[in-house]
Amino acid sequence: MAKELTPQEMLRIDLSPPTQDWMDIPVEIKPGIYCYPAKPEKLEIVGMPNPHEWNPLDEDWNLPEGWKETFLEGMRERLDKHRTFKIFMDICVRCGACADKCHFFLGSGDPKNMPVVRGELIRSVYRGEFTKAGQILGRLAGGRKLTEDVLKEIWSYMFQCTECRRCSLFCPYGIDTAEITIIGRELLNLLGLNINWIQEPVANCYETGNHLGLLPHTFVQNIEFLLMDIEEYVGVKIEPSFNRKGAEILFITPSGDVFAEPGIYTLMGYLMIFEHIGLDYTWSTYACEGGNFGFFTSLEMAQRLNAKMYHEAERLGVKWILGGECGHMWRVVHQYMNTFNKPVPTMEEPVSPITGTKFENAKSLKMVHMSEFTADLIKHGKLNLDPSRNDHYKVTFHDSCNPSRGMGMFEEPRYVIKNVCNHFYEMPENTIREQTFCCGSGSGLNAGENMELRLRGGLPRANAAKYVHEKYGVNMLANVCAIDRAVLPASMEYWCPDMQVAGVSELVANALIMEGEGPRTMNLRGEEIPGMAPAEEESEGTEDV
Amino acid sequence: MGIIVSLGAVLAIMVVAWIGGSISGLQPIFGVLVPYAAFAVFLVGFCRKVVDWAKSPVPFRIPTTAGQEVSLPWIKSAKLDNPSTTAGVIGRMFLEVFCFRSLFRNTRADLRSGYLYYSPSKWLWLFAIGFHYAFLIIALRHLRLFVHPIPGFVETLDAVDGMFQIGIPPIYLTDLLFVGAVTALLCRRLFLSKVRFISLPADYFPLFLLLGIGITGLLMRFVFRVDIVSVKQLANGLASLHPTVPDNIGSIFFVHVALVSTLFAYFPFSKLMHMGGVFMSPTRNLANTNRMERHENPWWTPPKFHTYAEYEDMYRDLMKEAGLPLERE
Repeated sequence: MAKELTPQEMLRIDLSPPTQDWMDIPVEIKPGIYCYPAKPEKLEIVGMPNPHEWNPLDEDWNLPEGWKETFLEGMRERLDKHRTFKIFMDICVRCGACADKCHFFLGSGDPKNMPVVRGELIRSVYRGEFTKAGQILGRLAGGRKLTEDVLKEIWSYMFQCTECRRCSLFCPYGIDTAEITIIGRELLNLLGLNINWIQEPVANCYETGNHLGLLPHTFVQNIEFLLMDIEEYVGVKIEPSFNRKGAEILFITPSGDVFAEPGIYTLMGYLMIFEHIGLDYTWSTYACEGGNFGFFTSLEMAQRLNAKMYHEAERLGVKWILGGECGHMWRVVHQYMNTFNKPVPTMEEPVSPITGTKFENAKSLKMVHMSEFTADLIKHGKLNLDPSRNDHYKVTFHDSCNPSRGMGMFEEPRYVIKNVCNHFYEMPENTIREQTFCCGSGSGLNAGENMELRLRGGLPRANAAKYVHEKYGVNMLANVCAIDRAVLPASMEYWCPDMQVAGVSELVANALIMEGEGPRTMNLRGEEIPGMAPAEEESEGTEDV
Repeated sequence: MGIIVSLGAVLAIMVVAWIGGSISGLQPIFGVLVPYAAFAVFLVGFCRKVVDWAKSPVPFRIPTTAGQEVSLPWIKSAKLDNPSTTAGVIGRMFLEVFCFRSLFRNTRADLRSGYLYYSPSKWLWLFAIGFHYAFLIIALRHLRLFVHPIPGFVETLDAVDGMFQIGIPPIYLTDLLFVGAVTALLCRRLFLSKVRFISLPADYFPLFLLLGIGITGLLMRFVFRVDIVSVKQLANGLASLHPTVPDNIGSIFFVHVALVSTLFAYFPFSKLMHMGGVFMSPTRNLANTNRMERHENPWWTPPKFHTYAEYEDMYRDLMKEAGLPLERE
């Protein structure tokens, strides 16, 4: 298990696959790698098919009657519904360009984690069950029949892919393993074979509105605790509104930011920025989840959870939605939401009420990313900033997979960071921007029981962070993703212990000179800011209260 | 196993064609019937496959964005790597199809003493683009056998390609490139452990086939000289749908034709369909206009979700206690 392996031991990785044919290597479900199965009641809440008790370590998975037909029929249906799936089943030439692009392969050396093999797990079934050549020639045509062992293998590797799309960037035909994993997981979900770390948040989100299952009053209370912290560290009292009709903007962020460190500091950042500019906005306790673990079960479930955003925007009568810092939230929002839902006639094309900037790129969806919004504020000089308050941080930026390869948001967060921090350093170019590496725990794989998998998958990112840590003394890994904030601390603690993790808005708020603020000797984490002792306060030129 | 079977299959085709080509009664089969049948299978199969792909809709707009999005006016967007216009998409597709843009990005990762190193790796790109362009030019050059009079651009290609007059007949640069690149691609599969691990018979077979085509082509030109006038007569006949089989063509020619025919017939049922697929890949040929324009999904159904009213019914007391506004008291 992970905790027992030292980094040195974990680093004994052989990236050369064996000479064996991959179809002859039996699947092995390993503790530390696999996630616990979904509890039946969590599937029942959202009415997903075939909830049943099962254990991945058992020989018998209690598969539902006719499971094979269900799976194959599901495949046929999806081949007809998704051109991507059909083409990706047919045209891979197995050139190997993707092989060493996957963080799970680089961190584990498990050759079936090469994206091409992940795809072949399903492609072999496609050839064996759906093509004439495969039906007649079998393995000679690269075909396999769908057996229980094949199903188990597909299950194992569909939950060792974080849908980060790094491989798709390098594929000469744009074959997107995320697309194959999304559909692969949909097929497994037809048989009730999900993992609980995904299914429980889905069930929670469906009813309470957020992954964590925070009830309305708890959601409000959590934010009130953070308001008290702001009052203590910043000296400013903020009173945001909840479920308020007639607000101009609805703000939605992942619930992880309401709940756990260091995400809560990011959330404090949002609150302070909005207060500073006097934004007319509201929170919602109903649509209080930016993230969407439904996306990791099926596109239908993703749509069902996503629908709440527009539904609430319409009910409250807001003009547009501002979205917080989150990775897969923005994959769903940017690439799916405008298709999942019909437009809401009462909403308007987003315009920043502070700068007057029209967000033309969001004119149809009417939802703007926090970093786009903040970058525009800074560009127009609407934020009063003292970046020296972040001087004790040497910052690098981790591009999250989804805003990178499913959106293309690279400059906005960098512009923001460079305006609020004086020390910014990039990680090596093959590990950032469109080539960025996953945190290792995305797409719902941020459970505890699969820690070895997470640490292995986190290696390439952590390794690049370690490089800038050793070269420039970088000690802060900034990002715009709630999963990053939740999982990178563990990965850094293991691979690069002196690296902290923060959302971009936390760094903004640290630097923000707020009206009526007290002496800013503490950062949002309640830590003394070096060199900001009260005596030095006046020389900084901040307002004396 | 895949290697032996694939090589065996290609050799078997060659032997059959050699024997068949040397029996004059069978020559019309190998010189006319087989090529016609193969070409027909190719045309019909290729079109059917493309139509079959096209029948499946593109429900979501999911381009892989490889550069800066269009957002604020003062931020420069990546017009080709993250296109937001049709022109940008055409540019991106041009780079993909003609320059193998994505493959050009390739890197190799090495883990050395606890550190991952990434270095540019252009070999695959080089072999791939070398092979594809050589194949294209060779195919175009072959038009001189099929079309009368010979188009001007074919003459030009011929002249440029054969400009190094090493001996007689001149050796074509593309011939060398073709055989070299295919050999290199084959060697990758044979000797690089990762690529060998993922290779199937369906990967070796087309490579042996192409190698066979290249080698028999060279043999005809330099070793077992075939009568070019007869070859041209046959090719012209095929193209004009008045096929004739001159009786003095060497057997090696029929081997070459059999291999090319196999390639054509095999094409629609194989990974070689990437030729059509590359144009239709939704991660590359869609503009990143997701938030600017609504993308319709033809099989869209309204979501069944937990509405606000249901939510309020479920938590009304808690919400009231927390002082949250309610729709119904």
